[in-house]
Parts: sequence; C-alpha cells; structure tokens
Amino acid sequence: MAACAERFTGGLSMGASSHCDYLDPILNRYRHRPDCLLQMLREGQEQFGYVHPDAIDYLSEKLKLPRARVEGVASFYSFLHLQPCGKYRVLFSDNITDRMLGNQTLLERMCRNLWVERGKVSEDGLVSIDYTSCTGMCDQGPAVLVNGQALTGMTTERIDRICELIRAKAPLSEWPSAYFAVADNIRRRDVLLSGDWPAGEAIRAAIARGAVAMLAELKLSNLRGRGGAGFTTHIKWESAREAPCHAGKPARYIVCNADEGEPGTFKDRVLLNSYADLLFDGMTLAGFTVGAAKGLVYLRGEYHYLLPALLANLEQRRRNGLLGSPVCSQPGFDFDIEIHLGAGAYVCGEESALLESLEGKRGVPRNRPPYPVTEGYLGQPTVVNNVETLCKAALIALRGGAWFSGLGTKQSTGTKLLSISGDVENPGIYEYPFGISVDQVLNDCGAGNAQAIQVSGASGVCLAMHEFSRRIAFEDVPTAGAFMVFGAHRDMFEVARNFAHFFAHESCGFCTPCRVGTTLVVNCMDKIANGHGTQFEINEIFKIHRLLHVASHCGLGQTACNPIFDTLQKFRPAYERRLRSLDFEPAFDLDQALAAARQMTGRDDPGAHFGLAAQEALGEKA
Amino acid sequence: MKQTMIMLDGMPVPFTEGQTIMDAAMAADVFIPHLCHHPEFKPQGSCKLCTVKANGRYVSSCTMFAKDGMEVENNTPDLNDKRRTLLQMLFVEGNHFCPSCEKSGNCMLQALAYELEMLTPHFDQFYPDRPLDASHPDVLLDFNRCILCELCVRASRDVDGKNVFALAGRGITKHLIVNAKSGRLADTDFSRLDRAAHVCPVGVILEKRQGFAVPIGKRLYDEKPIGQQMERLAERTTKVEDSDG
Amino acid sequence: MAEVVEKRKVRLATTSLAGCFGCHMSFLDIDERLFKLIEHVEFDRSPLTDIKHCGPCDIGLIEGGVCNAENVHVLREFRKNCKLLIALGACAVNGGLPAQRNHLDLGQCLQEVYLTGSGIVNGQVPNDPELPLPLDKVRPIHEIVRIDYFIPGCPPSGDAIWKFLTDLLEGRTPRLGHPMLHFD
Repeated sequence: MAACAERFTGGLSMGASSHCDYLDPILNRYRHRPDCLLQMLREGQEQFGYVHPDAIDYLSEKLKLPRARVEGVASFYSFLHLQPCGKYRVLFSDNITDRMLGNQTLLERMCRNLWVERGKVSEDGLVSIDYTSCTGMCDQGPAVLVNGQALTGMTTERIDRICELIRAKAPLSEWPSAYFAVADNIRRRDVLLSGDWPAGEAIRAAIARGAVAMLAELKLSNLRGRGGAGFTTHIKWESAREAPCHAGKPARYIVCNADEGEPGTFKDRVLLNSYADLLFDGMTLAGFTVGAAKGLVYLRGEYHYLLPALLANLEQRRRNGLLGSPVCSQPGFDFDIEIHLGAGAYVCGEESALLESLEGKRGVPRNRPPYPVTEGYLGQPTVVNNVETLCKAALIALRGGAWFSGLGTKQSTGTKLLSISGDVENPGIYEYPFGISVDQVLNDCGAGNAQAIQVSGASGVCLAMHEFSRRIAFEDVPTAGAFMVFGAHRDMFEVARNFAHFFAHESCGFCTPCRVGTTLVVNCMDKIANGHGTQFEINEIFKIHRLLHVASHCGLGQTACNPIFDTLQKFRPAYERRLRSLDFEPAFDLDQALAAARQMTGRDDPGAHFGLAAQEALGEKA
Repeated sequence: MKQTMIMLDGMPVPFTEGQTIMDAAMAADVFIPHLCHHPEFKPQGSCKLCTVKANGRYVSSCTMFAKDGMEVENNTPDLNDKRRTLLQMLFVEGNHFCPSCEKSGNCMLQALAYELEMLTPHFDQFYPDRPLDASHPDVLLDFNRCILCELCVRASRDVDGKNVFALAGRGITKHLIVNAKSGRLADTDFSRLDRAAHVCPVGVILEKRQGFAVPIGKRLYDEKPIGQQMERLAERTTKVEDSDG
Repeated sequence: MAEVVEKRKVRLATTSLAGCFGCHMSFLDIDERLFKLIEHVEFDRSPLTDIKHCGPCDIGLIEGGVCNAENVHVLREFRKNCKLLIALGACAVNGGLPAQRNHLDLGQCLQEVYLTGSGIVNGQVPNDPELPLPLDKVRPIHEIVRIDYFIPGCPPSGDAIWKFLTDLLEGRTPRLGHPMLHFD
C-alpha cells in the first residue's frame, strides 16, 4: 500500500519506461504472454492503484500488441480503473439479497461519514465508494469488497468502524479478521458434501479405468452440466477428445468455469473453499480422459481471497505427484493447472466469452459454431465445465456411472447444490438429489412466508406460490444453483428493477439488441419507479423482451428481460400500483428540465414550473 | 454431386460448403438487411439486422452457415418489424441528425431506415455527448454517428495491418477509440488511402473536403433503394466504395 | 375522397414549436393542391389562420421539437384538442437541429451568452416571467405527449406531406416509400 501511494504521487512526471518498471516482474512472471494481458493489467493495478496510460503504453510495447487493444481490454472490466481511484476502493455488493439486508442504508452512511459522493473519489484521494454486481456472499450479506478483498455481514457498527480504519489509513491486514470471515454455511449434505474425498483418489480411479472406460462411465451416469445450460458432459468430453488439434502447438485444454457471477449463486465458492481437491481431481481426470495436458481455472475476481489457498493447494499437489509430469506416475500423462482471475464481468461466465477473457481479450462471446470442443482456448479443442460438474465427474470416477444415475431423476441424474438466500431462516448451501420439490426446499430452509422464488439467478425463472409444487430438475425447473426467496412483504417490482440494472451494467455491448435494449428497459423501470410510468412503458418492456429474447448474441441478452417478464406475468399489481395513469407521461421530469434555467434566471413564478401549481395558475388541467 | 440448396422465403437458393446464409443470398441477389456485414471482411454478427429465421430459429444470417434443405425466412413482417426496432435502437443510441450529416444519401443506416419504412426513432433519445476528432489533416471522425459495426476495426487490422481502431468500454458505454495515447487520429499512422478510411457505413469516418462533391439528392440511395442494389453490395471492393462518398 | 370521409370538413390545426417554419413552407409547397385540400379540411389554430388557441380538431400537425416551457404548453393544448397528432419534420421527430445543443450545459450557455461573453458589461440573464424558460435539453415531441403519426424530413417534401394527408383522409394507413421517405 505504501509503495502504491508513492507511485501515485511521484509517477506522473517521469517517463513511461522509468515509472513502469513495476510491470517488469509481472511481465517476466507471465513470460510476456499476450494471452495473460488481463492478469498483468490486474496485477499492475494492484501495484500502482490504477491502470495509468503509461502502463498501457508499456504493456503494449512489451507484448507487441496495439495500444488501442490494450486500452480496449482494460476498459472492459469493472475492476480495472483507467482513472485514479481511492486508496481504499469500497464496493458494496448490490444483489437484491444485499438490498433486502439494507446495503443501501449502509452505503449512504459510509458516504456521509467519509464525505464522499457515491461513484466519485474523495478529494484527498483516500476513498471511493460504489456498488458492484453480486459478490456471491448472499447468505452472509450485506457484503462489500475493499480493494478486491471480500468482507461479509456488514452492520452499521462495522461500517462505522471501517470508516475509522480508512480515515486512520490502516492497512487491510490490520482490520479485524472477523470482517473477512466467509462461512461455508453448508446446511444439507448429500453424496458430495457428506463424503470425504482424499486428493488424487478420483484420478487414480480414472487411470485404473482407462480413458475410454471413464467416458463410458460418464455416459452411463448421464451427468449434465451444472452451470445452467445442462449440456451432457460425456458428449463434451468425447467431442473434445476426438476433435483434431490445430496447427502450431497441438494441445487440448480443460477449463474450469469458476466465474460464478449469476446473482444469488455461491455454491462454487464453497466447493472452491472446502472441496478444491475434488475439483482439481475432476479437472485432472478430465485431462486424462480427453487427452489434455493443461487445465485452467477462471476464477471470478470477487473470489480473489480464495487464490492463495488454491495456489498453495496446487503446489501441494505438484509435490504429491498429482500434477506435473507425469501425474500419479502414469507414463505419458502430464497435467498442470493454472488459475486466471476475472476482473468484474458477468458475461465472462458465458463459456466463449470466458475463453476470450482467458486469452487476455475483451470478454465478448464468440460466434458459434465453432464450439469450444473443437475450437476453444487458443483455437484448440477445449472442455469448459462448471466447478460443480467437474466435482461430480470426480465422484463418477470413484463410484461409477450406474451409482450416479441411480440418484435424482431419469433426465436429471445426481445431486444439485443450491445456494439459498433471501427471506429464509437458514441461508446457505443445500445439496439435494434432483427432483426435490420447491416446497420441500422451502420447508427445509425455513421460508415461512415466501411469495416468490427466483430460481437460477437473475437470468432464471421467478416462481410464484402456485408453482411451489414444481421440482428442481432439468425437465421441470432447471437451475444453475441460485435460489432466492422473497417473503410476502417484498416488492417484486423492485426485485425485477434490481435485475434490470444488473443486466444493463453487465451487457458487453457487442450486439445491438442487448446493448441498447437493456438500457431502454432500465429507463422504463426507473420511470415506473419514479411514479411516472404508464401502460405505455409496460408495453414497451414486452416489445423489447420479445426482441432481446430472439435476436441477442448470447444468453445474457436473451434472458435479460426474463425477471421482468416473469414478474409482469405473476406480480402485475406490483407494477400497476406505481403507474401514474394508463395513458402517457413524458419521458423525463419536465419540471426538473427547467431547473437549470430557473437557477440562472432566479425565477420561481408559476410560469417557471411544471406541475399542479403551475397548471392551476395557467388554467390548465392535467 | 447434387447442388446444395437453402429455401429462402420459399425460393431455392444454391450454396457451396462453407457459405453462410448471407453469402448464398448475396450470390443470388436476394437482399438481407445488414450493417456490420461486408463481403470483404470476416463476418461479425453484431448489428443483428440480418437476423433471419432458419428452420424456425432466429439466427444471424451473416454468421450462420447454410445447410442443405434449410428453410430460411427473410422478408417477413415479423423479421422486418424486429429489424426496424433494431434500427430505432441504433438511432436513439447515437446522435443521428441526417440533415446536417454529409454522409446523408450514402449512409447505410439511413438507407435501411428508408427500406424498412422507419418513420420515427420511437424510443427516447439518449443524446450522448461524443466530441468529434478533427485532428487529422485529411479525415474527420464524428463519433456521434458510430454504430459500433467494427468495419473500420476489421479493415485497419486485416487489410491495412495498422490497428488504428478498436473498441473500448462495455455495454451502452462501448465506444470506438483510436490507437494513440492522446486519443487523436492525427497521432496514429492513419491515412486517407487506408482501406479503413472507406468502409464506414455511416458518417463517422469522413474524408475532408469531399463532403458535398456529389450533391444531396443525387447520391447512392437517393437514386435507388438499398434493397435494389444487391449487385453493388455483393461486389463491394476498394474501388467501388471509393465512389460512395 | 368525399365518399369516404364524413360530410363534415376535417378540422386541422398546425403549429411550429422549436422549428424554423421550414415544414410549414414545405406544406405550402403542395401549391394548387391546397385548393383541393380545403374542400375537405378547415383550419383551426395555424399560422395560416392566426387563430391563437386550438379548439377541438381532428388532426394536429406539429413542426419542431420542444425546447422551452411554452412549447410544452402548446403541445399539450394540441394533444388535448386533436384526435390525431402528427409530428411533422425532423425536429419534431428527433429534436433535429435545435437538439444539437444538447451536449452543452444550459447553465453554462446562458452564462456565456448573457454574463461572461466578450463585450458584455453588467449582463443579466433575462428573467421576465413573460419569457418561457428553456428546457435543459431539446426533445422530440413524442417524449412529451403521445404522437400518432410521424412524417420525417428536413423538411418533408410537399409531395410527402400531400401523400400522407390524403392517405389519412381517405382512410389508408399513411405510407411513405422511396423517394418520398427522406430524413434530410
């Protein structure tokens, strides 16, 4: 932190090369690989405080990349800053569950305490405060990130204390460690969470079976992806195994999607924290089965705090012969794993955007076909699997496909981890066999007065009471894991509005419908929230939904209007009671639009206003 | 070998392996509205104007490969309605004031709006603040009209080998930047002779002192609607486009 | 035309808000067809009649966008009295030329023009209540009231206006194709 402040003040007058030397060790560590650009920008910022234009020049020169491309990457990710920002960067997680726990009051309190406006840097450069998308701590919110480190369970007392610590310029290492405690909150254990899985056993089991037999077991298990899309895992693995490698250095890759960005989802965080060996086993045996020598974990930036333990684990595995060459003394089977950190971009959870990001580019989803199994990371055949999927693959290696397919339902085999948050007595992780009814889940987590459940996150489905008898399964209510419960006292319009803002913030901007449409929807929702909405806005939302659903480039845009569409169908009065009239209202606040002129002219007569008083004075009637 | 065909609005259209729906349609002189597509460059699929329905699914025709027997809907009220909405989104996102734009009449965005009978931008205007860049001696950049099609990005990278243009930001704040620390075109190696100087479908990249060489009313799309100019669109090359204005 | 439309003449009002009257001039460009038009149409409030306030009308033609409080009042008067409102020309449709001030801060503009500009001594921002206050941004009219039809163009040609009005009077959904549909 001290070094950071020094550079902050002293760096500006020096030439690019002389004050960018802090980038040299980073460049060397990544062996000047252009595909590691995002990692270098992130680490450079950790050193310097923000991404200085000179740093962009320097990286561009050293990596032989066009400057505009480096700038394009740096400006894509929320956690990278091209302008000086506070020495303490405080980001309040703004998922609806954080809101329900009072994050807005806490943010305002902190801004007041520290004399800083949200989204701005304090005049002394000490602190900046803003919102960020869900940080995956929904069961222990309100959560914040301070300089990228996760803090949980914020209260007014904690916020006041943090303000003092910031004012005293105390380094994070001196802050109370309790603030950084992240609990697993495992509430229900089924086969995965109740087992003890010694590192390496699953790999040895897969090697003993042989690659072809392992694929057969996977097929028998009928394992489907746990990230949301539910694609059959063995087909992915088999396709990647059989796809020809491409010119240059032939290779195949196993990529673990740990970019758990879907609001309300935090089960991968728990797996990464407490079942990392099972995950790494899964990746390694996937490598064995597919014929890949390298695995990559794409860890969302919000989970940066998990990185040291994960790296230590990988080191341990190398020492124990579970990674490296060869793995488990199996001649010809080399495998290693590296971890890349994201930097605040939900869209990178989409597998092809994730690959772009892994290659150090802007996280923009690719055109498909070709699919990653034939042309993935660096153009080579690549398996991209969710954390939980890879853990399940490890279980299948150990216990066999028949055992796995005996769990759950016919189309949805095995168990599913649910991340339960919101208005429940016991938020946390619940593992169930697929086919469990929503009612049963609600009963188990202590949701007495639920009026709605948002299943599978913002892009998922909103269930109303009459649907609580439905079942969690690919064939009924599919889910990537999020399960947010809303009690009867919650305003479902505000739930939907929160998600609308989320999607507009996270749209990558590649395709027209999503880039513009998500913002148009936000404008409609805000207009309704401000009491100026009419039936016109509701019709507009439906129209935009119909377009985005079919014409967007990727799932983000296609599902962006889902929560609004669902709540409009199931909780329409929540919207209607806010409508000003059923006809038409101006797009903007007319009276406010005169404020600048009022100020400059000093006028305050009825003619200088719109509104009831002015209308009466002028003989108009609304 | 049997000729492979797609059925485009009920009409058999031949294609060869590796051709997209757009390629096949262009070769057959069938117009599919498009903005980010250009036969000279790698398809991108971002503007979504070329959305068609192939075997019942909405897809971008410029990136979707044709398959034998594929049923493709193109000129339907539903698709044209969606395309019109996309145009309206592009119009309100930027500042498109045709009367004061020297590209008027040669602009693909405008021509498509005519073709699809867009009478109003419909949505509320964003009126973004996008300062223009007049630093270069020969070329003006007016970002107000940028539709983020990335044709200049592709042309500069793939043809000129210069990487003068790139995209920065994300979502609704995504914008075009140039390859200079100052952010000024004059500080790049851009030249008016570059391919990238002549691919902008709208009025962002404008050669100076050429604006009104062809008077308004006598321009490309004043003469004939874009939907009747398939041959020219399919054969766009450096030579043809230089005369576009 | 006469058989389709009711016997009663159609009442038409026109006005120019933040516009240049170019669209009205173009309206006059329908030339001798004006005679044909007034067989079916009578004018209410319009620069052609000098009637100051709009009464109940069938059609209102609005030229120009909305740049100040008075524009809003006039537009609302038209909306209240006209069954159909038509945005006539680029400024009404998307703000047009006046909207190109929208990237400037209004306060700074007034300050520079009336207070700090060169040659100004003891300047003052005009504050007579008779003067309508300017809005912070110029807006197209569909952002203030519901608009039923749009005729783009700067200005729309006399032919386009004629085509649109005759379509409307004869009960056809108005359409402007090539070459009448123009934004410039």
